[in-house]
Amino acid sequence: MLYRTAGQFKTSYQADQALFPVKQDAFLLGVILLLAWVILPMVASEFVFQALLIPVLIFSLAALGLNILTGFAGQLSLGTGAFMGVGAYACYKMVSIFPEMNLIVAILLSGFFSAAIGVAFGIPSLRIKGFYLAIATLAAQFFLVWLFEKWAWLYNYNASGAIQVPNLDIFGIFVSGPQAASITEYYVVLFVVSLLTMVCINLTRGTLGRTWKATRDMDIAAELIGINLMKSKLTAFAISSYIVGVAGALYVFLWKGAAEPNAFDIPLSFQVLFIAIIGGLGSVLGNYLGAILIVGLPVVLNLVPNALGISINSAMVEHLNVMIVGGLIVFFLIVEPHGLNQLWRLIREKLIIWPFPH
Amino acid sequence: MLADIFINPWIDMVEAPDFLLQVLWEGLVSGILYALIALGFVLIFRSSRIFNFAQGIMVVFAALTLVGLHAYGVPAWIAVALTLGVMFILAVTIERVVLRPLVGQPDIILFMATIGITLFLIGFGEIIFGGENKQMISAELGIPTGDTVLEPWGGLLILQHLDITVVIVATLLVAALLAFLNFTQMGRAIRALGDDHQAALSVGISLQTIWVLVWFIAGIIALVTGIAWGARAGVSFALEVIAYKALPVLMLGGLESITGAIVGGLMIGILEKLFEIYWGQPLLGGNTETWFAFVLALIVLLFRPQGLFGERIIERV
Repeated sequence: MLYRTAGQFKTSYQADQALFPVKQDAFLLGVILLLAWVILPMVASEFVFQALLIPVLIFSLAALGLNILTGFAGQLSLGTGAFMGVGAYACYKMVSIFPEMNLIVAILLSGFFSAAIGVAFGIPSLRIKGFYLAIATLAAQFFLVWLFEKWAWLYNYNASGAIQVPNLDIFGIFVSGPQAASITEYYVVLFVVSLLTMVCINLTRGTLGRTWKATRDMDIAAELIGINLMKSKLTAFAISSYIVGVAGALYVFLWKGAAEPNAFDIPLSFQVLFIAIIGGLGSVLGNYLGAILIVGLPVVLNLVPNALGISINSAMVEHLNVMIVGGLIVFFLIVEPHGLNQLWRLIREKLIIWPFPH
Repeated sequence: MLADIFINPWIDMVEAPDFLLQVLWEGLVSGILYALIALGFVLIFRSSRIFNFAQGIMVVFAALTLVGLHAYGVPAWIAVALTLGVMFILAVTIERVVLRPLVGQPDIILFMATIGITLFLIGFGEIIFGGENKQMISAELGIPTGDTVLEPWGGLLILQHLDITVVIVATLLVAALLAFLNFTQMGRAIRALGDDHQAALSVGISLQTIWVLVWFIAGIIALVTGIAWGARAGVSFALEVIAYKALPVLMLGGLESITGAIVGGLMIGILEKLFEIYWGQPLLGGNTETWFAFVLALIVLLFRPQGLFGERIIERV
């Protein structure tokens, strides 16, 4: 009743292939966009911006990048954190070599560096499959983080070994660095994330996306029907690393403000992988749902003891968080191995036929 | 520059053979430990196709339990027995709560579940035992602490008694494990399950029992590794990183091969030490041990995608 699709007739192939063949989906997206672009920024406090909105968007983007590789093209990667690092360091070098460069342009360009490195580390995927490939991507993870530490040129030879985000402005408004307002940072992140999400939705619907899915489902069969596996796998690595790199640049420039090499270590990779898997492999929406859960959960858990009036020291809360997140991951995998996206699909099916059971 | 890469390291090796021996010895000791951890991985992977990421945290957890129990005044050897009990309970719990509901799911889901277990155990361990670095109770367990100094070619070679003990114990454990796998009914059941799940089930091998058993064996291995590594570097959550070192061993040796885990472990232990001392420190600023093993394994895999001893991959459509 609420989601009734009856009566929406398609009279052309074009209408059937449209991005949102069901009116309610388009309406729902409109509501979400309105919420993200207008209502949330008006009501959000500084804390909500920094602890929830900005990180959720950045992690969604990173998970979306990983999902292209793992969910759509079927190549398991554990090196996401390092590729985020490549994006961040590339962006840092660009704005320090060309200080007058527009930050958004720099962020979008920095993705190309991580795409190039992603392709280089993706070459083994032509011969190595499954878990062997997953371990091979760990080579990228450990090697790149080591490089961030040892190659002083990357962090401009400063003593701390960390990259520090300078104050940068676009048309006189500070968008990054200590002087930037949270709301400006939020809008920049939102702009980049919306743009790349739109690109991704369309990519995964098109020829390239279908090639990836064929590769994922059975690569030999895909090869037999004439899909060039090398092209399919390497484009997946390139596009995935591009998005992950952009997410990494956003992560440092518009959220953290500074980063040491170990910020890109393996826990970051796993966090992004969790989001992609809990959200649902092979989906776009799932990344957002997963990011809301994984980023939001610790924040909420931190607030619970205060709300209940129990005083627990912060270290204890931290450990409880880790434990609960671990338990929840197992719980979600058991309850719905296909992720939150599948859960939403089931709800939607139910809504369409509601109030009837079948 | 080229001389530094291709010639000088070899000259250094020949000029100071005692130092080279020292490096090889240290590599051998860590190699044996890598091989042990890799064995835990291989057993679980063979019998259930689960890529058990939690092996590393099991090492930490076993060591912490042992030290923690001893801190409550339990005598050392009884603490060891109790820790084994804890590892058994852990194996049963993991099988019941996590693995059984997930039977038949894709590999990646099971892999993620073991990462979930890892996080859970990290949080749980920190709450119960605290995160600070602890001393392994080596003296109480009768692990010798002195060293033997040999003088080959008039040089100096220091063998820590601790390391010698580790090598002997690890070798015995590996031998015992191989004997168990080859000569007992349970061991043969594990291998049968590794060869063919359905055939094994059809002759009456219980999947659940075997899964508990392999996780328990992985727990025993974790305890031994935890004691050995803890005695060298202290017990803390930093120990977890040695689990990452076992991954390239698996790549190199093949995920299914027990021989591969042992040979791969020794190779990686020795080669990464050699590379670090003769190439890494002088040329690359050191600390190359974090990635060398992975890159080595990656290069080997480019030529043999199933690892050195892995089962040949036959693909059908």
